[in-house]
Amino acid sequence: MNPRKLRLITAIICLIVSGSMISAASLGDGLWISRVPEKDRTRQNPFADRPDAPAAGARLFSQNCASCHGDNATGKGNHPSLRSERVRSATPGELQWLLTNGSMKNGMPSWSKLPEQQRWQIVTYLKSLQ
Amino acid sequence: MNASTRLAAVLIGLVALLAWPERSRAQENYFVTYTHHMEEPGTLEVSNKSVTGFPKDGSSFIGSSMELEYGVKTWWTSELYLDGQTTFGENTTFTGWRFENRFRPLLREHWINPVLYFEFEDINGANKSLLEVVGHDGIEDFLSRAERSEKEREVELKLILSSNAKGWNFAENFIAEKNLANEPWEFGYAVAASRPLSLVAGAKACTFCRENFSLGAELYGGLGDRYSFGFSNTSHYLAPTVSFRVPQGPTFNVSPSAGLNHNSHGFLLRFGVSYEINQFASMLRRK
Repeated sequence: MNPRKLRLITAIICLIVSGSMISAASLGDGLWISRVPEKDRTRQNPFADRPDAPAAGARLFSQNCASCHGDNATGKGNHPSLRSERVRSATPGELQWLLTNGSMKNGMPSWSKLPEQQRWQIVTYLKSLQ
Repeated sequence: MNASTRLAAVLIGLVALLAWPERSRAQENYFVTYTHHMEEPGTLEVSNKSVTGFPKDGSSFIGSSMELEYGVKTWWTSELYLDGQTTFGENTTFTGWRFENRFRPLLREHWINPVLYFEFEDINGANKSLLEVVGHDGIEDFLSRAERSEKEREVELKLILSSNAKGWNFAENFIAEKNLANEPWEFGYAVAASRPLSLVAGAKACTFCRENFSLGAELYGGLGDRYSFGFSNTSHYLAPTVSFRVPQGPTFNVSPSAGLNHNSHGFLLRFGVSYEINQFASMLRRK
């Protein structure tokens, strides 16, 4: 391969990678709750009145969240407790938004790989802890 | 190493993985297509993806890739592949390695979520892992893959677009690959959709609950190269996919692929198992 072309390709790749990193690092500031759009904030939890939803949410929490937040959601290492004032005062819609989008700068990944219904079940479980 | 020693090593490895205290389910649904779902930070996923084929004019084979996927950041996943193959009547051989990185530039969930993918491959001419189909890859070219001394150093770029809607995942990959030995850019595509059998989790723990199964389908193939872009003389496959996630355990995947034209393998069977070790880096630091 022509060394000039190779250098050009390498430079383009580096540019795209560093652009992605800078863009990623500049987003998210831990104040996720203030960024939740109003229409998401006021969403109602369709599982709130289902008697089996907290137990199902607990199972999902154990499978997906407990490794970071602890088996009892009391936190682990640098990962915060979810038995906190912030979670207590958050609306179900805000928690659903956080699970969907994550708070990537703070290390919280998006859980959009779980179906929305399962995310609502986790929200129901978190609210039952408070 | 004889066959019984190899079997013992595999069994010891599996027992060691199952005994690992911090584990969770892996989320892979597809074999060829990537989605925007990244590995959770600090999590190591160990997986094996294999493909077996029974070509009419050649020997049956198994191509296998061992993958080590690590979540560096929420928006950055790194992965190392070690490839090998067995061709029946011939021998078993290591066929090279690949190193890839995936970056998610938009950090919130959107209608369409892009991911940028960069890979460097150092594989040899005997590689049969079929992790993607590009250019004019086809059955003729595949049957002649036996030459270990032939080196293929390639870069591969992918634009991954992926969406979640009403429990479905839809993913589209556009692939550009270049052999650094002065060969033209080759192109390919992969599209896929999948959905869990149940969107709601049950309250009671069960292994064979519907929410632990996902069904889907992949369509993938080559798009020629820089000088002959298009469908002419390319190969294409349609493959249903089934995933089964054992709660707190491994994920099993299987996908029978049907070749869609004369240039494709008639039938390929893909199968794999993956396993996540949560907070791998923290555990190493503690030990």
